[in-house]
Amino acid sequence: MPEPKITMQEVEQVARLARLALSDAEKESMRRELDGILSYIDKLRALDTEGVPPTSHAVPMTNVMREDEPVPSLPQADMLANAPDRSGEFFRVPKIIEE
Amino acid sequence: MLTDLTIHELAGLFRRKAATPTQAAREYLDRIAALDPKVKAYLTVTGEAALARAAEADARFQAGAPLSPLDGVPLGLKDVLCTRGVRTTCGSKILESFVPPYDATVVARLQRAGAVVLGKLNMDEFAMGSSTENSGFFTTRNPWDLSRVPGGSSGGSAAAVAADLAAATLGTDTGGSIRQPAAFCGNVGLKPTYGRVSRYGLVAFASSLDQIGPFTKDVEDAALMLQAIAGHDPKDSTSATVPVPDYAAGLGRGVEGLRVGIPAEYFIDGLDPEVESAVRAAIEILRGLGAKTESVSLPHTEYGLAAYYLIGPAEASSNLARYDGVKYGLRVPGSRDLIDMYSRTRGAGFGAEVKRRVMLGTYALSAGYHDAYYGKAQRVRTLVQRDFQHAFERVDVIVAPTTPSVAFKVGEKADPLSMYLNDVFTIPVNLAGLPGVSVPAGFTRAGLPIGVQVIGKAFEEETVLRTAKAYETATEWRKRKPELAA
Repeated sequence: MPEPKITMQEVEQVARLARLALSDAEKESMRRELDGILSYIDKLRALDTEGVPPTSHAVPMTNVMREDEPVPSLPQADMLANAPDRSGEFFRVPKIIEE
Repeated sequence: MLTDLTIHELAGLFRRKAATPTQAAREYLDRIAALDPKVKAYLTVTGEAALARAAEADARFQAGAPLSPLDGVPLGLKDVLCTRGVRTTCGSKILESFVPPYDATVVARLQRAGAVVLGKLNMDEFAMGSSTENSGFFTTRNPWDLSRVPGGSSGGSAAAVAADLAAATLGTDTGGSIRQPAAFCGNVGLKPTYGRVSRYGLVAFASSLDQIGPFTKDVEDAALMLQAIAGHDPKDSTSATVPVPDYAAGLGRGVEGLRVGIPAEYFIDGLDPEVESAVRAAIEILRGLGAKTESVSLPHTEYGLAAYYLIGPAEASSNLARYDGVKYGLRVPGSRDLIDMYSRTRGAGFGAEVKRRVMLGTYALSAGYHDAYYGKAQRVRTLVQRDFQHAFERVDVIVAPTTPSVAFKVGEKADPLSMYLNDVFTIPVNLAGLPGVSVPAGFTRAGLPIGVQVIGKAFEEETVLRTAKAYETATEWRKRKPELAA
């Protein structure tokens, strides 16, 4: 049997990085599915890309700048309108720092 | 019925005062009420607002002063485009109640043109999918066979045009999500050159690949829609400053002397024989109209899919990091701390395919894997682009199948990888940033639409559209409509 492309430990580590809570059943199907996808993607390894520059952007464009002039942004009320939990002009969240 | 008509036919009636925008809007809204329970294209119908806008358009036509060729025309918008004050879900539970405080640039442009927005259309969640089965709400059905998918991710946009539930719609295309559903639903579906249309207000999936484009009933309508939305936008730093030509002007020029490339790698074993024969027949028709065809090679085609399924998810993992329950969208209550809130919110709010791609992208970008996966994929992207550059030294357009098969049954492609293979002919075009259109090329014996794809050089939508127009004029596919009884 070929080496698994991704281990359960890696699935858990990546889920932590991606801030995704996965059930045990989800982790197992995730491991299987990612394994299949990564095996397919492995065909890229056969391709010689020595000396080929990476393309991050289809159309050649470099840093697009604008004049440093303030322009109206969105009103604060609009920005807070979708807040799940709001306290005055703040978005309220659970505590960040562990006791 | 006004709902049978194209944009340009409707506009003609409006100008001659043979019909009004309010009549058109009413007919479309009635048809949506009668048929959408079966087709399930719409997530949100904005009936009142549509009638208000239509009334304003009525007055303009009364005064003989329409704003544009789209004035008073009823349109639908894929629910990935921000519409101020109108719920925008991206097909996701994580944004089920999200109401954007601003309009996407394309939406603002359509409003300024006088278009009437009927509502927001269903899609695969965050534009990730090829069947609309990944919508967090329900699966849109193919109007040609309600047991089949309309394609994806812009399934609602395609189905709405096919079922005459909008005169035209906007969708988005990152790996084929306009062209593939257009092929499955028998529409014209255009993906412009990357940068041709502003992405401001398009909820981002993969920022180097996403483009907005129209679904229409014919090629002339696609030119009219593109005209309204194309052009540089200072709010989108990836939008091109290339001037916008008059897309309708040269449509009838024909294809005499046009050099058409037929890519060998797109005619592979897995291609449905009925699709192949329809596409080859289309090529014959173009030859008959004076085009010169030759074989071209795009040798890295088979690697495009693999590269896309690294680049797309990598960019998505970054773009979807913002869905964290802090400022908008779903927040799962009762979390012990901030990280717990993020994880539980995203775990509850994202569907399976989105989670898969976020995981894949995070993995491909993580330390130790970044070069082997993401870096490698970017180099392959260069090779795919170069394939097209070489081919376009010898030909003006490339004509190929849009999809390897026709619309499949709901539930048929349960394995993620088998779903991804739907986009094998569309993905390379996104990687290279080129314009591509799918146009109706016939039907299978079972009555399912087949699409043919025309791919052009960057910013040469005119050439792509006139090729499509010449083919369309020589055929009658557009006269056939799905049978949909209320």
